[in-house]
Amino acid sequence: MTQLALVIDLNVCVGCHACVTSCKQWNTSGWAGPMADYNPYDADPTGTFFNRVQTFEVGTFPTTETVHFPKSCLHCEEPPCVPVCPTGASYKRPQDGIVLVDYDKCIGCKYCSWACPYGARELDDQQRVMKKCTLCIDRITDLSLPERERKPACVLACPTSARLFGDVHDPDSEVSVAIRERGGYQLMPEWGTKPANHYLPRQKTRIHIAPDELVRADNPLRREDLTTYTGEETIDDLAW
Amino acid sequence: MHPAFSVIFLTTLLGAGQGLFLALFTGQLYALAHLLPAQSERFYAGGSLIALALLVLGLLASFFHLGRPERAWRAASQWRTSWLSREVIVLPITMALVAAYGLAHWLGLTQPLIVVGGILPLDVTLILGLLGTIAAFALFVCTAMIYASVRFLEEWHSPLTVANFTFLGLASGFMLAAAYSAWLGNELVGFFGTWAVTATLLGLITRAASLVRNRRLKHKSNLQSAIGVRHKAIAQKAQGATGGSFNTREFFHGRGARTLSLVRGAFLVLVFPLPIVLIAVAYGIESATLPLAAFLLQYLGLLAERWYFFAEARHPQNLYYQSVA
Repeated sequence: MTQLALVIDLNVCVGCHACVTSCKQWNTSGWAGPMADYNPYDADPTGTFFNRVQTFEVGTFPTTETVHFPKSCLHCEEPPCVPVCPTGASYKRPQDGIVLVDYDKCIGCKYCSWACPYGARELDDQQRVMKKCTLCIDRITDLSLPERERKPACVLACPTSARLFGDVHDPDSEVSVAIRERGGYQLMPEWGTKPANHYLPRQKTRIHIAPDELVRADNPLRREDLTTYTGEETIDDLAW
Repeated sequence: MHPAFSVIFLTTLLGAGQGLFLALFTGQLYALAHLLPAQSERFYAGGSLIALALLVLGLLASFFHLGRPERAWRAASQWRTSWLSREVIVLPITMALVAAYGLAHWLGLTQPLIVVGGILPLDVTLILGLLGTIAAFALFVCTAMIYASVRFLEEWHSPLTVANFTFLGLASGFMLAAAYSAWLGNELVGFFGTWAVTATLLGLITRAASLVRNRRLKHKSNLQSAIGVRHKAIAQKAQGATGGSFNTREFFHGRGARTLSLVRGAFLVLVFPLPIVLIAVAYGIESATLPLAAFLLQYLGLLAERWYFFAEARHPQNLYYQSVA
């Protein structure tokens, strides 16, 4: 069983929105029709996006840190949005686990968006059907592209390589190794939706130095000798 | 959640239609048992026509909720998993049975086909009425389960939702039956009125219970689990959109807490005590129009009740939109 997914490294995401714009560019230009944009250069712009980057500030000043949080469909292994669909337009592909919407069957009842706790689905006001991240299905399966380009647009666009793409069911894949070794976690695990996408937590590199390590006996930078000598034999008296 | 008027009208109109049909058939059963004077065939046919009209109006309202109403027929396909699909199947069945029930009365198909046990004369209207009753109750369950089955909307995810939809639908339907009887000037006003008051009181118990439940509700998710950062102080600085998005429109009612409590107060008065008082007074003074006022006021209250039902529900995705929430 293959389960394709994204692993997003919050440690290196700088919140540049390159994944957002590349996603929009790729998916608005494809065969599935444009993603609506209203008032793009005016007040209150709105439109359909498959991927958005949010920003959170954690902690209180001055001990705060900024977390940029890219957010798209998590391609749950137990997708709650699929069984509620009355037309069968929402489905999970058995061969690679991608959750998709058939835009030709969708009646735009929005019920699936109610059944997604993550708010990953957006109704397109122009096409009047529900849309969501497809993991660039038309790109990753396109054999006419060179293999290194058969990745979602957001993954290719990320300048810090904060987005990894692969099969989370293959224990040796890049994404599985990252999840396993770098503490990858799922969003809202309390619902049991088993999101396939994982997030890698913020990590800080710290070195710990105990005071006695700074003045240890063989430290060549030692300035002072705290030992009190009373004429006994010391290591300096050894004949070499 | 954003209270969409299409869905508010859909659920309240269907409820009143189903309730009216169930009221008519209850009246027929009582008449069959000689507990009530038998009514003319035109009474049942006319009442069924009103019930059918309400169901059709409800169906029409539902189309305004769809982005692609021309594809609505597809919605019947996933009845194995989707309550919405089940409603889409049960609604036309109910409409057909209500129509057939009214038509059978209109055509006077009341000759007993068989007599069960020597006492129960089974005619076409009785069979259609029984089937219609099953369908009407199934429709109550399907409509309510659309909401009650979404576990992420914890305010709705409760058997109380099904009880509320059923009792409040029955209440408005029996109230309409009382209004219909009063308008025609027949003696069933007291009968339908008593049932309407009973259903209204049952609805009051379950609706109050759900209000209390939702006030005490502790949501499963919080901002910490939503983004996976273990810290008490998290402030959202950007929501990923300059203006709004589908996520900021569909899942928020966009009104203040004051509006919410006003609407709650309004429906608590309009749905429960006011119609009960009006129908009691109407029975006392034998008014022909006061029961209609009772029904209309209760229906108005039910619109507010349904609006509040949506506005009250907080979706976990709202955690990602702190500035709107």
